[in-house]
This record gives sequence, C-alpha cells and structure tokens, in this order.
Amino acid sequence: MGAAPASRDVTSYGMGLAAPLALFFLVFFVAPLLQLLWLSLHNDTVGLHWGLGQYLHFLTDPFSLGVLGSTLLLGAEVTAVCLVLGFPIAWLYQRVGPKLQTIIILIVLLPLLTSVVVRTFAWIVILGRQGIINATLQSLGIIDTPLKLLYTQFGVVIALAQVQMPLMTLPLITALGRIDPNLDDASCSLGAGSWRTFFRIVLPLSLPGVIAGCTLTYAAAITAFITQSLIGGGQMLFMPMYLYQQASTLQNWPFAAAISIIFLLAVLAVVSVFTTIGRMSRGYGDA
Amino acid sequence: MSGRKRIWEAISFELVMTVIAVIALVIIIAPSLVVLIVSFTSGFSLRFPPPGYSLRWYAELWNAWQLHFAAKNSLIVALWATGLSVALGVAAALAISRSRMLSARLLDSLFMSPLVLPALAFGLAALMLFSLVGLPVSPLTLVIGHTVVCVPYVVRNTVAALAQLEPTLLESSAVLGASRLYTFRRIVLPLIRPGIIAGAFIAFMSSFDNVPVSLFLRDAATDMLPIRMWQDLEGKLDVTIAALSGVLIIATVALVAVMERVTGLSRRLTN
Repeated sequence: MGAAPASRDVTSYGMGLAAPLALFFLVFFVAPLLQLLWLSLHNDTVGLHWGLGQYLHFLTDPFSLGVLGSTLLLGAEVTAVCLVLGFPIAWLYQRVGPKLQTIIILIVLLPLLTSVVVRTFAWIVILGRQGIINATLQSLGIIDTPLKLLYTQFGVVIALAQVQMPLMTLPLITALGRIDPNLDDASCSLGAGSWRTFFRIVLPLSLPGVIAGCTLTYAAAITAFITQSLIGGGQMLFMPMYLYQQASTLQNWPFAAAISIIFLLAVLAVVSVFTTIGRMSRGYGDA
Repeated sequence: MSGRKRIWEAISFELVMTVIAVIALVIIIAPSLVVLIVSFTSGFSLRFPPPGYSLRWYAELWNAWQLHFAAKNSLIVALWATGLSVALGVAAALAISRSRMLSARLLDSLFMSPLVLPALAFGLAALMLFSLVGLPVSPLTLVIGHTVVCVPYVVRNTVAALAQLEPTLLESSAVLGASRLYTFRRIVLPLIRPGIIAGAFIAFMSSFDNVPVSLFLRDAATDMLPIRMWQDLEGKLDVTIAALSGVLIIATVALVAVMERVTGLSRRLTN
C-alpha cells in the first residue's frame, strides 16, 4: 500500500495486510468501547439525556469509591507478593543448568495455561475449613478451631499471586538473561558484597523486566473476576463483580458503562505510570 | 569489608534467594497437585488428604451432561476463534513487523491493547453493540468477542518469529528469481511456523478458559465450560468439579509437552 512500487523492498510486506485485522478491531473493539463511553455520558437508561450523572454518582458515593480503592489496593498487594516471590525464581533460573532451566520454565508456565477456574478451585481446597492449612495446623495442635482463610483479603491476595505469578516471572527471566554476568563479578571484585551488588547492580539493570512484569501482573490481578469472586466470597466486592452486578443483575447499563470507563482509566493510569518509570529508568539501564 | 564477612554475606544472600525461589516454585505447582490428589477421593468432601482413593468422581463425570454440553461449546468457540485469530493475526504481523512507520507502531499498540484493558469492560461493550445492531448472543458473537482478546497472542508470537528472520534470506530468494509468494511459501512460512503455532496454542487456551467476555456474550443455549464450573462452585463444592479439573490439568500438561517439542514454547516465552 504505502511502499513505493519501484523500490521492490522484498524484506517487508505492505501495510495492506494489516487492513483486515484493523477493520475487525475498528468494528468489534473500538466501536463497542466508544459506544460504552457514549452511554456512560447519559443520565437515563435509554441514552436520551446527556450528562455526567453516572460519573457524579460514582465519584460522590463512598461505597463505589471504596470498591475502586480496594480493587487498586488488591492489585498493589498482589503485584508486591509476585515481585518478591518471582524475582528469586528468575535469579535461580540464571544459576542452574539447561535441564533445570527447562523444568523451572515449565513449572512457571503450566499454571499460566491451566484454567483459572481450576487454579482458583485448588485454593478453595487449600484454604477451606477442612483444607490443607487448617487440617495441618489442627493435627499439629497449633490451633483448636479452623482459621478463617477463605473469604479474606489474605486468601484473595495469596491465590491471585499464585495465579498471576507467571506474568511476573517470565519477563524477569528475560531481563536477567540480558545482564552481562561480568558486571556481577566486577562489583564483587571491587569489594561490594552480594546484597549490595544485588540491590545496586542486578535490580536496577533488570528494571525493564520488573516494569513489564508489574504492569502485566497488576492489570491481570485487578480484573481477575473468577478468583476475586470465588476466594473473596460475597462480602468482598471488587470492580469487576461490581460492574457485572450493575450490568447483569440490575440492568443498569449506563452506570455499568461509567464503572467500566472509570475502571479502564484507572488501569490505563497505572500502566502509564509503570511505562513512565520504565522510560525514565531506560537511560540508567543502558549506562 | 573483611573476607569472612564477605563469605558470610555471599552465603546468606544465596541461601535467602534460593529458599524464596524454592518456596515460590512450590506455591506455583502445589495447587494443581492438590486438586489432582483430591480428585481421586473416595469420599464426598474436598478433605485433604482424602480418606481413600477411587475413580468414582471420574465415573460421575461421564454422566455430567451439562458439563459435556458446556465443554463442547467451549471447544467449538475456541477452535473458530483460534482459526480467525491466526488468519487475521498472521497477516497483520507480516505487515507491521518490519515496518518503521508510525502507523505500524500505532496498529501494534492497538492490537496489543486487549491484553491490558479489563476484558469485562470489553465484554459489556460488545454486548451493548450487538444488542444495538440487533444481533442476539450466539456462538457467532462469542467467536467475535473471543477473537478480539485472543488475536494479540498470535500477533505477538508471529512478530517475534519474523524479527528473528534473516532479511538476507529473502533478498537471496528474490535475486534467484523467486516470486514473493513463492518466497513466502517456501522460506518465510516454514521459518515462522513454530511461532505461529505457539501463538495459536496460547490463543486457543485463553479462549477455552475465557470468562469475562463469555459472561456477557453467552446465554443458556451457549453455556461455556469455565462459566459452568464457576457457577457450580458458587453453589456447592462439588467433587465432580475436582475430577473435571483433574482432566483439564492432565490435558494441559500433555498439550504443553507436545508444544514444547513442536515449537520450543519455553524458550519462545522468555526471549
């Protein structure tokens, strides 16, 4: 399409090949989102009266704001847990032979491809009243009555962290693989200890991977409808379930549309914060 | 810093990192193993360890027609969505992969955006659009919705495979008089095929497992497996679901093993 025909650049293909997918996205992705935006800007359910009523309702309602806040907080907690647990996996991956490397990757990869419902179900078995944790603690005589683990913030965070861990670990493995191992040796031979080398050399240089991992994990954790609703139960409400209730049970589409837009903007804001940090750190990483 | 302190520091560092890594790997793998073990219970509850072992819940699965129905629907939708994703995604990847134009970069961001945007919001938006144009929810609307959220995997893996392709191969082929189509069929396609297959595989798995889009775009006549399972779990803790989970885990392990052989999946996702 755009390329000059005379140049006959045989190594690239015309932009025309992207047209079918671009058209598909325009009709079935961009248009629905624009319609969502349009409906959210109306005060009535049929879209006759323009107004910011839906947004005002959300932003002045302590309950709605609480749901948004707890969702964003949940994402931060899950991301932090994933980073603390995922980084050592990526570190270990660089230190073992190729055979163990493949095993580590497959362990990380398998949950990513296993059904989310199955993985969440597993956590119900582990955290339940008769679950593994309670059964073990009781048989050891540490507790008398079962602990409440299911339907708690702790339960949701740990289950989500396990479900999203691959999204954090894979970019970290890639990033750590790109660091020149000589830097590690140089730092040590110049007198820096292992911890100092890790925090001053390895961690800053792996920042692009950390950013990529955090972005994916955060975005996935706050939208993880199934895990949030099954482990969190009825008492804990997060944005995806709130949206679903308003749209499906209450049929309040304009308000559901406004919730969607606010949720979308929140995700975009977080992603762009991460991207900005990534861009700022890039110069540092290249140095 | 004294030598002894250095050694102590090195040991403490390695120990802490290794211990956390092992704990993390156990946390990742344990849930699947737990479900597998519980699925062979002879009892009626999800107690762990099970009081005894049997295949009764797998036998029960044989008669669970609602699950069969949902599984069949999920499979059909996933196959169509994957096919459509490959057709649209590979063509788009060819166009944008080597282009330095701004439009190519913008299209790339557009095609990747379903990965970060909340899929539930898209599901609701798609439902609104379909009801506006008078298209009732059906397998077709499901396939369209799933394709939007699955196509990024195909695009990304194909673009990555194309990036590894030596441009000189294409130039030599052209110099030797091969047409573009011939070069594509005999050189480009065989070299990027593993990337396309890996992308198609991930797209298929994510469609089969999709909840947020299906939630809005299905009805009773097009029940989908993950949603059926979710609703069963909301109501009661059914051990049949454990058996079904067992089947899904084993199928996933088998498929990943095949894909690892065919496409080198693990290297592909870390490079």
